[in-house]
Amino acid sequence: MVDRALVIGAGISGMQAALDIANSGYEVLLVEKGPTIGGHMAQLSETFPTLDCSSCIMTPRMVEVGQHANIRKLMLSEVTDVEGEAGNFHVKILRHPRYVIEDKCIACGACAKICPVEVDSEFELGLSKRAAIYMPFPQAVPAVYHLDLDTCLECGQCAERCPADAIDYDMQPKTLEIDVGAIIVATGYELYDGQAVQAYGYGSHPDILNGLEFERLLSASGPTGGEVLRPSDGQVPKEIVFIQCAGSRNPEHGVPYCSKICCMYTAKHTILYKHRVHDGQAYVFYIDVRAGGKGYEEFVARAMEEDHALYIRGRVSKVFPQNGKLMVWGADTLTGQKIEIDADMVVIAAAIVPSEGSRQVAEMLGIDVGQHGFYSPTNEEMTPVESQRPGVFLAGMGLGPRDIPETVAQASGAAAKALTLFEAAKAQERANDK
Amino acid sequence: MGIPYFPGCTLSTNAKNYDLSARAVAAELGLDMEELSEWQCCGATFPLVLDDSMALIAPTRNLYQAQQTGDGKLTTLCSICFHVLRRSQALLERDPEMLERINWFTEQEYKGQVQVMHFLEVLQDDLGWEALAEQVKDVTEAEKSPLHGLRVAPYYGCLLLRPHDEIGLDDPEEPTILHDLARALGAEPVDFPYNVECCGSYLTAKEPQVSETLSQDIVASAREHGADVIITACPLCQFNLDYPQRETEASHTGNEIPILYFTQLMAVALGLPEETWGFEEHYVKPELAEIGE
Repeated sequence: MVDRALVIGAGISGMQAALDIANSGYEVLLVEKGPTIGGHMAQLSETFPTLDCSSCIMTPRMVEVGQHANIRKLMLSEVTDVEGEAGNFHVKILRHPRYVIEDKCIACGACAKICPVEVDSEFELGLSKRAAIYMPFPQAVPAVYHLDLDTCLECGQCAERCPADAIDYDMQPKTLEIDVGAIIVATGYELYDGQAVQAYGYGSHPDILNGLEFERLLSASGPTGGEVLRPSDGQVPKEIVFIQCAGSRNPEHGVPYCSKICCMYTAKHTILYKHRVHDGQAYVFYIDVRAGGKGYEEFVARAMEEDHALYIRGRVSKVFPQNGKLMVWGADTLTGQKIEIDADMVVIAAAIVPSEGSRQVAEMLGIDVGQHGFYSPTNEEMTPVESQRPGVFLAGMGLGPRDIPETVAQASGAAAKALTLFEAAKAQERANDK
Repeated sequence: MGIPYFPGCTLSTNAKNYDLSARAVAAELGLDMEELSEWQCCGATFPLVLDDSMALIAPTRNLYQAQQTGDGKLTTLCSICFHVLRRSQALLERDPEMLERINWFTEQEYKGQVQVMHFLEVLQDDLGWEALAEQVKDVTEAEKSPLHGLRVAPYYGCLLLRPHDEIGLDDPEEPTILHDLARALGAEPVDFPYNVECCGSYLTAKEPQVSETLSQDIVASAREHGADVIITACPLCQFNLDYPQRETEASHTGNEIPILYFTQLMAVALGLPEETWGFEEHYVKPELAEIGE
């Protein structure tokens, strides 16, 4: 029995699982495709229903992961091959070069300042720019820069400027081969951007945003410093239309399932918007409000009653620019009226879909995915974190849409399953010794 | 034997210019279209109740005519005729009992296999946009198309595209077929958000104010987006968009937009003689100066 765990994905789910295992005294390899841990939760402004600042509750966790002696952080890495069985997997991990020597970088930022490149920041979802050498956000872990060679002009200015001599253009990819006893898959989600949201103009106009992009506009650490401003002209939007079920519950053009968290985060968006723009008016087009959870219904009521979000039961048929505004056409199915709103901004609650590489991960591991690409546990009710391959456990949004508390609880569940494997082997050893 | 062509009532009366320009264009392009013998009214509305077999008799008779005379195809121009014939065909194909019932009544053996095509599909699939663009170049023998610089707003309306499951001509929300045509003719297609909105359709007879309001929004939107002309495939859309802009209207500003059938635009692009254009029927007269400037 190799009592070391591999966690794939370092969002809140992977971090929680890694911490639980590491805190039990076992070694963890935390593998992440991106340059930092944190995942989508690091992009959120506040969380529902408590309106906790997301960074504030998350950053201590990130630091704990970052400093944990039992957690080996492998950023910019991908698991490419897994052989063997529970208790004894042989794993190959491809480590893409960072082109910055982690041990040398002092995160002074001199490189990014001099870099002449400006490209869309992935972390800010294109709402601001970054240099070719960058740190995704100030609290990134590990707190070192990353040189994106695809956008780099190779002018050499950053290497010249670096006081720590940390930049190495010649860094090569490496493959790490290692044995682990258990694997936790926490590859997360992304937002649907297909036909069903393009029909609402998403992608065609800078002031039509998805929920995650709006989080960045609300975030105090975001591109506008937490002020809600239109990306097109920097004006404060006085009327925002929120469109729920954009792609979700739409078997014809999107996905048939409910994305579960959108009702809540849209209510949160309307509240936070009102807190920032006091004379602003939020409109929410909804099919029905699904607020199942502790304090959730009350939270939605607060959005309607205290922050005066106007909820309209009906679908939006069309969004298009007209006279400097975004014309939103929809129906109020409670009064049977056609609704036209001259909005300043439109925020669409796009459906949750599995992250891009999750099918390949499933294929590599030999575990099942369902029709929509989410991992299928052996039994949805009784073994919700167990995959078809013994020793491979599942956590987070890769299994389907869920909120943060559920994700964290489930990650702990997956960690417990991995620990059970380790502890059972030890118990067996003890029994054999007797 | 060419493709049987179903003109329909409107193209034989109020929209003769649509028929005239289409026939001239088809002949110029070498598309062999032959008027369906003994055609009758398509029925004008597709029944919206499930068991209304009565309303299917007229379209089925026409489909039967096409079956007897052609190679299994029937082409038409009017959006409404196309809509009724295509949907009737789809229904008869999936409902053999209904087909049997209609056949029993008409005492004709319709087999349910005729392919109903809009003339736009014939252009797109049988000829192709590139070939059309070549033809425009060849006949005009000029560097630039006679329509060069003309901003054309394609207006689709409803019946040409919906319901998508049965019609399937193009994307019902973001159609491109008229855009593609305009581009092939050397004009500049103009996108405008009202291009699939309803013109009011038959309400023009019963509640003209409703359809005028709807139509005026459509025309105003096209104008805002810089259109010189609007093209359509539907005689009723043409009328509904054209008529409220007539000179006797108080709202007449001299800034009106001509509403052309796409076949008229083709006739101009292909350099066909003016008598095939049929512009005299329009309320807003397409000025020659506007075209080609």
